[in-house]
Amino acid sequence: MSISREDVEYVAALARLELTEQETQEYTEQLNSILGYAAMLERLDTTDVLPTAHAVPLHNVLREDQVRPSINHEKALKNAPDGEEGFFRVPKISLT
Amino acid sequence: MESVSIGKSVSELHELLVHKDISSAELTKAYIDRIQAVDPDLQAYLTVLEDEAMAQAAEVDQKIAQGEALKPLEGIPMALKDNMCTEGIRTSCASKMLENFVPPYNATVTNRLRAAGTILLGKLNMDEFAMGSSTENSYFTKTRNPWNLECVPGGSSGGSAVAVAGDEAAFTLGSDTGGSIRQPAAFCGVVGMKPTYGAVSRLGLIAFASSLDQIGPFTKTVRDNALVMNAIAGYDALDSTSVPYETPDYTKFLVNDIKGLKIGIPREYFGEGIDPDVAKGIKAGIQTLIDLGAEVAECSLPHTEYAIPAYYLIATAEASSNLARYDGVRYGYRADSNDVLGMFKKTRAEGFGQEVKRRIMLGTYALSSGYYDAYYLKAQKVRTLIKQDFDKAFEKFDVLLSPTAPTPAFKFGEKSADPLAMYLSDITTVPINLAGIPAISIPAGFVNGLPIGMQLMGKAFGEGALYRVAYTFEQNTNYHSLKPNLSGEVLTCGSR
Repeated sequence: MSISREDVEYVAALARLELTEQETQEYTEQLNSILGYAAMLERLDTTDVLPTAHAVPLHNVLREDQVRPSINHEKALKNAPDGEEGFFRVPKISLT
Repeated sequence: MESVSIGKSVSELHELLVHKDISSAELTKAYIDRIQAVDPDLQAYLTVLEDEAMAQAAEVDQKIAQGEALKPLEGIPMALKDNMCTEGIRTSCASKMLENFVPPYNATVTNRLRAAGTILLGKLNMDEFAMGSSTENSYFTKTRNPWNLECVPGGSSGGSAVAVAGDEAAFTLGSDTGGSIRQPAAFCGVVGMKPTYGAVSRLGLIAFASSLDQIGPFTKTVRDNALVMNAIAGYDALDSTSVPYETPDYTKFLVNDIKGLKIGIPREYFGEGIDPDVAKGIKAGIQTLIDLGAEVAECSLPHTEYAIPAYYLIATAEASSNLARYDGVRYGYRADSNDVLGMFKKTRAEGFGQEVKRRIMLGTYALSSGYYDAYYLKAQKVRTLIKQDFDKAFEKFDVLLSPTAPTPAFKFGEKSADPLAMYLSDITTVPINLAGIPAISIPAGFVNGLPIGMQLMGKAFGEGALYRVAYTFEQNTNYHSLKPNLSGEVLTCGSR
């Protein structure tokens, strides 16, 4: 399975990454090399094998829904690149 | 003051504090002086907290003056990898993306070490977002190996390993997703433990791959390592993957006796790609353990070669999801743009370094529609097979043993041009994270003047057996007591 330049551009758009021409070329080569190596997994028959998402079994963790103190507006916004009156400010959302 | 205190183990420093041979303030100042003297060469620290550290030390000294009993880590100066949140203190993940990020809360480990009375000296360099095996991917600086300044310290917790090896902290914490504690510990000649997944809370650890990440200690000695684990391990209700189990006193496993203990040697960890001198050194270590009464036999973990592709698909898939949060809205770097989609794309293009972007691309691809089954799901199934290999081996053995890394530390730039070559060097460490089991790296000799590490692997929550073997090996060898010469003499990597 080989990865085309178009595949890389499509994945970059999914990942919200703007790539330079050089990066697009490099990642096309490198993803081909890495995924070419990963193709060795196909040699293993995993028909009856269940996938492992976590090495330790996970359970839902539930607790009473009690009101507890949390960080305030000022603290929560302190690291924001841009904010105003308790909100995060972002550039306009265009439909394109 | 430096000559009497710097370079001692945590347990020795504790005795000095208890007997009032030194105050915590004097000790802390000695470490600050040491950092100022050697860090211009080593570059382990991204942030040094002199004033805060001295203030914390003064509090401990007040307790000593009032005759209060000291806890084992009280008054001991330490440092944290810069991916663990520290309230009010920048936590950068060695990334431009978080260059100015000041967390509004503490990681659980930060709180626990604070409660244990330790002194936070500063924050340590790492590969950006913990992605790398050499610390060369830091946005800020290159940390250098104290045993040879032309060599990498390993990664991603390079700063954490170097700070302990170079006596810039009595102990440190690092994080390990695919070897990021054990490999730098091996490269720098110190003790590094990756605990069982779920043993140490991940709350406030900036996520790389959530099903693999685990925090653990770097120390000079095995005893110190157990002492730090006592302080940081245990259930945390704020981490839903934290495992509710009763944490033992890890120091009770520190017995100088391994008679009858069954140790397995997986042959796949001594095969192709392993430097013959490293294999020879580890085999000499195995002989030491046999002489001490261990029952040693060869065994097989047949799916080992599949661990690298499985790991790099799973880790990058999880990373691509975890790192989606860096969008320039709530915190972190933001690039200028007049529409929001453009802002996302430019922010991420400018805020992330090459390796991080490469992994986001790989992970996004592995999760994308049409490829999910072939890559991500397949990798998760192979993860099951790798885990079953370990389950089977632990039916017969108490502990498994291997080299921690295929080679000693390599030179700067040697592997950074070829990402796949860098990934392949993780073959001895990544299977452990996929299986979720604990593993420790301990100093086990030298090749070409560079330290090598012996890796001991155990059953889930079997840290105790690892400490027992590690302690026995340490008590009967002297590798851990050898120190790098930081007088400025530069040796060449690979020269004899």
